[in-house]
Amino acid sequence: MSNVLIVGELKNGELKKISKEITSAGRKIADALGGKVTALLIGSGVEKFAGDLGAVGADSIVTVNAGDFNAETWANLVAGVIQDKKPSVVLVPHTSQGKDYSPRVAVKVGAGIVADAVGLSVDGGKVVAKKPIYSGKAYGNFKITSDVAIFTVRPNSQEVVQKAGAGATEAASPSAGDAKVKIVSSDLSGGNKVQLAEASIIVSGGRGIKGPENWPVLQGLADVLGAALGASRAAVDAGWISHSHQVGQTGKTVSPNCYIACGISGAIQHLAGMGSSKYIVAINKDGDAPIFKVATYGVVGDLFEVVPALTDEFKKVLG
Amino acid sequence: MKIIVLVKQVPDTETNIKVGDKSINEAGIKWIISPYDEFAIEEGLRLREKNGGEVIAVSLGPDRVQESLRQAYAMGADRAVQIKVDNYVPFDTVLTAELIANFAKAENADIIIGGRQSIDSDSSQVVIQVAEGLGIAHISFAVSLEISGTSVKATKEVEGGTQVVETSLPVAITAQKGLNEPRYPNLKGLMAAKKKPIETKTPADLGNPASKIEVVGLEPPPPRIPGRKLEAADAKGYAEQLVKALREEAKVI
Ligand SMILES: Cc1cc2nc3c(=O)[nH]c(=O)nc-3n(C[C@H](O)[C@H](O)[C@H](O)COP(=O)(O)OP(=O)(O)OC[C@H]3O[C@@H](n4cnc5c(N)ncnc54)[C@H](O)[C@@H]3O)c2cc1C
Repeated sequence: MSNVLIVGELKNGELKKISKEITSAGRKIADALGGKVTALLIGSGVEKFAGDLGAVGADSIVTVNAGDFNAETWANLVAGVIQDKKPSVVLVPHTSQGKDYSPRVAVKVGAGIVADAVGLSVDGGKVVAKKPIYSGKAYGNFKITSDVAIFTVRPNSQEVVQKAGAGATEAASPSAGDAKVKIVSSDLSGGNKVQLAEASIIVSGGRGIKGPENWPVLQGLADVLGAALGASRAAVDAGWISHSHQVGQTGKTVSPNCYIACGISGAIQHLAGMGSSKYIVAINKDGDAPIFKVATYGVVGDLFEVVPALTDEFKKVLG
Repeated sequence: MKIIVLVKQVPDTETNIKVGDKSINEAGIKWIISPYDEFAIEEGLRLREKNGGEVIAVSLGPDRVQESLRQAYAMGADRAVQIKVDNYVPFDTVLTAELIANFAKAENADIIIGGRQSIDSDSSQVVIQVAEGLGIAHISFAVSLEISGTSVKATKEVEGGTQVVETSLPVAITAQKGLNEPRYPNLKGLMAAKKKPIETKTPADLGNPASKIEVVGLEPPPPRIPGRKLEAADAKGYAEQLVKALREEAKVI
């Protein structure tokens, strides 16, 4: 029997969508392997999300009471639960937090790990993880040979499927240990209203937006759609917006359902970060811009006319 | 201060990737140092310039990685070490990290720096796994770093912003864009680098760790949903068509 443990994630006291995505993915794996799904939630007051995870397939929910995120203590907590529950498959969000603690967990429990998986299937009693490699120019399929297999899973890559599990909760208190790194202060003012790497819609601007004073044109559309604001490196390097918005090889890798590229030429380093977006809309004056090679819907036109018209139209239908 | 910088050799972003059965076809590939590792090398050099000590550039892979190590020499590294692994699965982070941790332990390194991720696998695992293997602190996504004596202060990128963190040596760091601007090796440095020795270590020298990953196979990227350019008389026309396409055809909004 192969049980699955998923490690959920919260933001500002709310359950992130990725937590449901990996619970659903875990349910599929457990059904194929004949096992159970346990969801682990770390934080304070996390019991209230048990129902949400039960509804998408968690048989049980383990809650661990803890303060603010620290990669070292989180790694101890997650490893403690793995040692206690002995799952054979562990799914972790490939988010900035997940990337921070999962490497330590893998070493602590002697597990192999495949990071940034976008596909999970089962073959011969083992999970096969598919992940984009070489900036999305190839995909690799990997199995893990150790007793415990850990996969970090890219946000938006897994469907949320309603499927009731028992959702029984249980509190655990593994040892958090001491952290060698102390957090002195946090500045969370520069970021997006919607987290870029996990957003399901992104409105992104490049050099074509001409200057920082024009972000409101794109932000207006983003607000109507509940989308995150992205940028090309050219826009970041020009000092028009902070690097935390940059999409691409030296920025964030994103996989939204819909990526709206405005005034972005579509250089290979930019495609490396957004090429796996499900639907790509390109709005560009230059009909020969390389972005049109990957765009599902291309508009050859001036973004300063098309984007406001699009915002108005969406306001009308989403009103 | 002993500083180990991790240098991964990866295909240049512009290189065409031809997928073979279990690995890529290496013919015609242009190899470069993974861009984030260049930030790591630069930071190692700056720390040495300020605090003294030595910078050891370490790369794992077949003999072609010596080219990247020579580039690290040309930038100013003091020593270069190849962990010689010929049939190297570039996604086996646990194996890679165990080899590097065993090397770092033998060297008694104070600082280990690598890029926030390598651009061929985007795993963001190795440096932090090395830290865990050594039982030392780590700071990921560092955008600034100050070390004085044994105390370490850094700013790291986190979701939605930045954090200031403190710890003490030894420490492992992952370099994020913004940490510094990597220097270019000059011609003199490049010439001198050709003559410098490259030390080699084999997995047997480093405890022969086992691989925990099996490559099932590689494949080309999935085909994209076929695209089309929209036709309309004006911006309003485009907007109406786009909204319709995204809502009724793609059903994403
Ligand atoms: C090592 C390395 C790493 C890199 N990493 C990244 C990365 O992470 N992310 C990234 O994005 N780039 C990255 N780049 C840079 C990349 O090569 C391109 O230079 C960059 O993506 C170009 O940005 P852009 O498309 O905004 O600008 P440009 O290439 O200048 O394109 C601007 C586009 O806007 C269009 N335009 C202009 N005005 C209008 C208008 N009014 N309406 C509509 N369209 C208009 C133009 O037709 C043009 O296509 C990297 C490069 C290197 C060498």
